[in-house]
Amino acid sequence: MSTLFLSKNSCPAVKNILILDSDGKRVAVKYYSDEWPTHSAKLNFEKSLFARTLKSNARTEAEITMFDSNIVIYKFVQDLHFFITGGDDENELVLATVLQGLFDAISLLLRNALDKREALENLDIIFLCFDEVVDHGMILETDANVLAGKVAIQNMDASVTLSEQTISQALATAREHLTKTLLK
Amino acid sequence: MAQPLAKKDDDRDEEVDYSPFLGIEKGAVLQEARVFNDPQLDPQRCSQVITKLLYLLNQGEALTKVEATEVFFSVTKLFQSKDIGLRRMVYVMIKELSSSADEVIMVTSSLMKDMTSKTDMYRANAIRVLCRITDGTLLTQIERYLKQAIVDKNPVVASAALVSGIHLLQTNPEIVKRWSNEVQEAVQSRAALVQFHALALLHQIRQNDRLAVNKLVSSLTRGSVRSPLAQCLLIRYTSQVIRESANNTQTGDRPFYDFLEGCLRHKAEMVIFEAARAITELNGVTSRELTPAITVLQLFLSSSKPVLRFAAVRTLNKVAMTHPTAVTNCNIDMEGLISDQNRSIATLAITTLLKTGNESSVDRLMKQITNFMSDIADEFKIVVVEAIRSLCLKFPLKHRSLMNFLSNILREEGGFEYKKAIVDSIVILIRDIPEAKETGLLHLCEFIEDCEFTYLSAQILHFLGIEGPKTSDPSKYIRYIYNRVHLENATVRAGAVSTLAKFGAMVDGLKPRIFVLLRRCLFDTDDEVRDRATLYLNTLGGDGAVVETGADVKEFLFGSLDIPLVNLENSLKNYEPSEKPFDINYVPKEVKSQPLSEKKAPGKKPTGLGAPPPGPPSTVDAYEKLLSSIPEFANFGKLFKSSAPVELTEAETEYAVNVVKHIFDGHVVFQYNCTNTIPEQLLENVTVIVDASEAEEFAEVASKPLRSLPYDSPGQTFVAFEKPEGVPAFGKFSNMLRFMVKEVDPSTGEAEDDGVEDEYQLEDLEVVASDYILKVGVSNFRNAWESMGADFERVDEYGLGPRDSLAEAVNAVIDLLGMQPCEGTEAVPPNSRSHTCLLSGVYIGNVKVLVRLQFGLDGPKDVAMKLAVRSEDETVSDAIHEIVASG
Repeated sequence: MSTLFLSKNSCPAVKNILILDSDGKRVAVKYYSDEWPTHSAKLNFEKSLFARTLKSNARTEAEITMFDSNIVIYKFVQDLHFFITGGDDENELVLATVLQGLFDAISLLLRNALDKREALENLDIIFLCFDEVVDHGMILETDANVLAGKVAIQNMDASVTLSEQTISQALATAREHLTKTLLK
Repeated sequence: MAQPLAKKDDDRDEEVDYSPFLGIEKGAVLQEARVFNDPQLDPQRCSQVITKLLYLLNQGEALTKVEATEVFFSVTKLFQSKDIGLRRMVYVMIKELSSSADEVIMVTSSLMKDMTSKTDMYRANAIRVLCRITDGTLLTQIERYLKQAIVDKNPVVASAALVSGIHLLQTNPEIVKRWSNEVQEAVQSRAALVQFHALALLHQIRQNDRLAVNKLVSSLTRGSVRSPLAQCLLIRYTSQVIRESANNTQTGDRPFYDFLEGCLRHKAEMVIFEAARAITELNGVTSRELTPAITVLQLFLSSSKPVLRFAAVRTLNKVAMTHPTAVTNCNIDMEGLISDQNRSIATLAITTLLKTGNESSVDRLMKQITNFMSDIADEFKIVVVEAIRSLCLKFPLKHRSLMNFLSNILREEGGFEYKKAIVDSIVILIRDIPEAKETGLLHLCEFIEDCEFTYLSAQILHFLGIEGPKTSDPSKYIRYIYNRVHLENATVRAGAVSTLAKFGAMVDGLKPRIFVLLRRCLFDTDDEVRDRATLYLNTLGGDGAVVETGADVKEFLFGSLDIPLVNLENSLKNYEPSEKPFDINYVPKEVKSQPLSEKKAPGKKPTGLGAPPPGPPSTVDAYEKLLSSIPEFANFGKLFKSSAPVELTEAETEYAVNVVKHIFDGHVVFQYNCTNTIPEQLLENVTVIVDASEAEEFAEVASKPLRSLPYDSPGQTFVAFEKPEGVPAFGKFSNMLRFMVKEVDPSTGEAEDDGVEDEYQLEDLEVVASDYILKVGVSNFRNAWESMGADFERVDEYGLGPRDSLAEAVNAVIDLLGMQPCEGTEAVPPNSRSHTCLLSGVYIGNVKVLVRLQFGLDGPKDVAMKLAVRSEDETVSDAIHEIVASG
């Protein structure tokens, strides 16, 4: 799997996705690259990354930094900190798209009540989202609605409300889009 | 779907740190996992247990092999359940366990059933899981299904198969390559992500076939790729094709450039950016080609999204290194970014501005940076300091304000690395800009008045001792130095004493005052400080008489120690106190291999700012010293030339050996630099057996074996040959490394007593014509050419045959002759059809040689060359022609 990260000019590759809480503790993490071979290497990475990004305001727009020759893009909501890491020659916007897709999909599935408690109570959903967004470092899906749809299939009775949710969300997106084009 | 995993709801509200996994414990969860074996499965409960297991694994809890295998087998039982939600969790769980459990292959049949299921979600997931656990034989069994899946009408299934193909290509390339047709069909898919995955796989299948990639790119750049991600891939592949196609020097038109430029108008930002970045990274990009890309990036600079601003400023920063003028248009936007909330963006903006700024804007820029410096982290500050240093070297006239800036930040708070970067910068500026010397030294003096880092104080004192006495008014530094003797720790005090002595040695007028100060140091509490003071008082003649300092005293104070510090340290350690005093002349001067552990330890007493790291010497001076310290070679006379190291082994072999050819008038010495890359071995008595049967004019006269070669610490062995005096001799030598191997216990590092003789074949080595030519440049080639006269001029024309480019042909001839290109003529402007290159050098026997090469393109690829040689000796002129004719 590591070969995905070696070949330059090939595919965009994701090295890891992290969701930490407001103390920097793990909520859910997934490493795709073996750049951090041991558990403690991973924890160290998370700890210093968390300390470094703690003070930034990444609530409205995703923020970005270079960290240990990697690009890290991050976005915070409530007491949750989302991170995505890629190599230093990665297209930053591709990584941002992946993070945004994952972030929106989880928000959709948790009906916008996105905080640590909700996330932990629905950890199965988070794991499934991780599973659907990136496979072994290879980007699998970036569209939040498709992602949420794929994860939501599992629970039939919930999918009713979810599809409503998806429609209203779709409407909201459309509205937002319209205003943007009008304002241009 | 949001079932709380803990049953008690009542204590949720009070407890802030509530977690459904509070107090969870591995053993208990493994117990719970027994529900997987129940005959009546409860899907909900099973899902919960899987989530708990995943949670534990995610927190870093490790399962033993037995535990993992046990869980794995009970999880496979869950395939009986028809519950979709549970099945999803089972897939995830199997993937998590597949690396740690035994016999994961057992689950294959269940997965194969799912792979042919009617439910798309089952098919997609089963494919992804199967590919994770499959091996070659199993893969051939399921290959048929995978090929079908690639062209499945459900995009999720197709993507799953394609992505699995990408991973499988690493392990089973020959099988995946058979899917080309299906993958090609999938590239045309209407689903965005399928197209992306298909394109990625197709390119990886064909990546070693240049023509196929070329074809793929030319067909797709014309068609419409729908997915932005796929479009990004296409841009990457296109720039790869551009990079590899050499024919762009012909017409000036770059193939596919129009496609890249077209992508700048794509609607997806990621595509626009990918294209802009690709254009900026093109080889030898022209400013006309750059302009549209820069314009787009400039727009991004004012985006509301930090990611976009960062991406743009980072790319522009890179462009500024090679094309600073192209980026100046963005300077206004960049200045705005200095106050960006995101400090990474601000730092990139500043360093870009420092690269593109012109002399007039420096002062304004410095003002802005001063505000900025106070609120960024040290690591960013170091980047800025380095940028300012190069700016100052670029605009030496601005040294005053830049030096001021550096001294201001030197006074502010900061860690060691940051302070060291500033001090290093000031030192470099003092060295390179003479006008900056006095102010720079004073800034350093002020800094050591209040410096918490012993290392930096000692470095600065040493530097002051060398530079201070040469200034117009050396006396003003004395106070700062003597203050150190009062206020600092012993290391700094000792350094200050040495520095005082250097002032005393160089400036006679200061001698009486220095003596007074040094005498006061005789009562210091520290031995080293007292000893130094006594020593210097004696060497400088501190008995009151002011005499001019002798040359040997200056040599003692300022000269460098020509003995490797490690050798001195070893000799001192081995010295046993006796009647016989320690004699420094007995310390070996040869650079010995050092054990790994010693190499890692930082030197306690660095010899000066920027002291070269200990290691085998590489420059000619150092070679000369090294060779003359070996008695066998001492009478060979003056070293004429040392070649660059030539590798005699492939990379990553057991023993890495390269050779340096030292040419003397009548001798040749081969210096074999050997590295042992096997930690479990110690090599002893290392020699190289050289077979010179294909080098008739050479006769072996001496060889110096290497006594021991421990792991990862390079050592040298030498072989010397006699050759006809004063004339070049050529030949080919075959080499065999012979040594005694001893096993080393890696835990203790101790070697066994008895070893085994062994040999290792190295690659052949040739002594060629360029070994006899020294690269010596001339400042004005035309003058030199005219004054040399046409007496021994030899002119002839040669056809060099088809070449990739003119530049390649020019470099090939320069390498062949081994001469120094003059006046920058080695660089061939792009798209030129003819070129003149001027070379100069010194041939063995100290004969000056000048060469004028005129290249021209003859037909589409053929290169013709006219070679004119002038030298002080006609045989040498002929020899140069011979080199070219036979090369």
